[in-house]
Amino acid sequence: MTDNTVNKYSSPATALETSLPLATASRASKRKARKVAAKGPKRKITWDRIWAQRALMAMAVPLLLYQILFKYVPAYGWVIAFQHYRPGRGSIWNQQWVGLENFRNLFTGVNGKQFANVIVNTLGQSLLSLIVGTIGAIALALLLNEVKNLPFKRVLQNITYMPHFLSWVIVASLASVALSLPSSGGFINQALLNLHLIDHPILFLTQPNYFWQIVAGTNLWKELGWNTILYLAAITAIDPTLYEAAEVDGAGRYRKMFNITLPGIRPTIIVLLIINSGWILSTNFELPYFLGNGLVSERAQTIDVFVLRYGYQLGNYSVAVVAGIFKTVVAIILVGSANLAAKRFNQETLV
Amino acid sequence: MADTFASKPLTLRAARTRSPRNKWTTERIVFTTLNTVFLVLLAGLMIYPLLNTLAISFNNGQDAVRGGIGIWPRVWSLQNYSVVFHMSTLYQAFFMSVLKTVVVVATNLFFTSMLAYALSRNEFIFRRAITTIFVLTLYFDAGLIPNYLLIKDLGMLNSFNAYWVPTIISAFNLILLRTYMKSLPDEIVESARIDGAGEFRTWWQIVMPLCKPTLAVIGLFVAVGSWNSWLDTLLYNSNEQWLSTLQYELQKLLSSSMASGMNGAGQSGGAAAAAAGNQGTTPIALRSAITMVAAVPILFVYPFLQKHFVSGVMIGSVKG
Repeated sequence: MTDNTVNKYSSPATALETSLPLATASRASKRKARKVAAKGPKRKITWDRIWAQRALMAMAVPLLLYQILFKYVPAYGWVIAFQHYRPGRGSIWNQQWVGLENFRNLFTGVNGKQFANVIVNTLGQSLLSLIVGTIGAIALALLLNEVKNLPFKRVLQNITYMPHFLSWVIVASLASVALSLPSSGGFINQALLNLHLIDHPILFLTQPNYFWQIVAGTNLWKELGWNTILYLAAITAIDPTLYEAAEVDGAGRYRKMFNITLPGIRPTIIVLLIINSGWILSTNFELPYFLGNGLVSERAQTIDVFVLRYGYQLGNYSVAVVAGIFKTVVAIILVGSANLAAKRFNQETLV
Repeated sequence: MADTFASKPLTLRAARTRSPRNKWTTERIVFTTLNTVFLVLLAGLMIYPLLNTLAISFNNGQDAVRGGIGIWPRVWSLQNYSVVFHMSTLYQAFFMSVLKTVVVVATNLFFTSMLAYALSRNEFIFRRAITTIFVLTLYFDAGLIPNYLLIKDLGMLNSFNAYWVPTIISAFNLILLRTYMKSLPDEIVESARIDGAGEFRTWWQIVMPLCKPTLAVIGLFVAVGSWNSWLDTLLYNSNEQWLSTLQYELQKLLSSSMASGMNGAGQSGGAAAAAAGNQGTTPIALRSAITMVAAVPILFVYPFLQKHFVSGVMIGSVKG
């Protein structure tokens, strides 16, 4: 959505301004001037210029320092990955240093098996949610696109977008009620019983084998409508004459759907898939934390839940920080390569 | 060649009147019916959990335990809400959530727009460096425990400051707003400069009013995020009851009823549930009422949010 907007309004602006004479110091002409001047001597940052811009400096520099303090400075906490950290000892510089022991513990030692399981859970839940969510959103976007009654379409969109704005606490609360026994308001069990698909109610949230599906299903419920926005925007960008030509050639509804609409939004689908897979270790936190319990933790515990429960709440700070570092480093690699891939893909399709 | 050009509009018009778009063929009737039925069912599925919770929250607590309530209460009762609004912890938590949301939105819009203005000025020499440093924070996260240690070392644990100080700028919103400000004609800022306005005045009195649609969208999203957050309460402020928020109280109630509800009873557990027992209601009914109290502000602003979201995008796209 955002990217779309930016493109839409920046291109006419540039087109307009390049037609103006260079003297009007417009943005586009400045950009041109900079390109021309790039080979010449660079404008130096001098104290005079800094002083002349002191008002802008006053606006920006304190906030820059603020951001560095709250986003980058916390990385000093990474040193406790190399310590046997005990909060009681006070400052982190007053701790026992243990070298790489925590890393060995987490990846191969006492926590090794648990952490391997945690990674499998994180990937399993994220991938299942991503696949189900993408297919669902594309299907819904295609069906919504076929609705020609605009007020009805808008009502449908408003209803399906709505769960996106509810908090995970509320969503987990709704899900746990929906999945409970009929006597606790579990309408899913009730419906399955009424349809004679099961003989006895199932306690879904106590069965490890259902947990990934529950996470994917709840994610689908919350984000399905919201995720259609980008696909719907991509569909409206498809040239309508393509459909007219196909109609003249006798293509039916499904031919048009599969041979025009889907190929038309394919770049959007691929770019979104690539970008989302960059966040694959960072997405699942709230649901497994709220819905997980002792009975299902072998399938429920993800990296973030592990950090919060095992690290923060049980006081194993050092191991949790190692897990956090692992997650951050892998996430940066994934997001970085995903962005590169998306960029490359985009360029190729544009050419 | 000339022949084809002349006949083109004609064939197009003919094609359009004959096209299935404007004609109710059997295929179209069947598809539209099936599609409508499916989408209505889907929308029903989307909204049913909320309606069900709403019905349970207005139902008599003892009766609700029997189950089988659909989207309409079986035995009407306002008892659950009466209990909720007489529980001083929830009452406090509601106002803390409101206060936190208001402060976070106000500080966010103020600081984000100020920085976005500075970064949108092309003559500003550090704008690239500063933008890069902010954009990188989208990807770099020191982690939960290092962040906790920083807040602790800054002495902000168990204080209201822990809610708003760490979040006064979101890099994503900053880029959004900066891009929008850059799309405004330079002449606006230049004419303000000629009239003698300094940077602060230009930002506050000239540029800010022009950004209202984008500010509205950002503000609403920040508000939703702040209202919905619970982790900050858990990490930083869970030892002080007066700093508790509605989402955190709901989460406590949820985890206590999850713990006891595993064997299916859904009874007892936790302070709120104990209060429920004393007041003649049941945990499930009480939880439904609290869920609705936590959800209603969002559901209430949601239609406005939709409108602003769309209008912000539209105004953005027409600009230039």
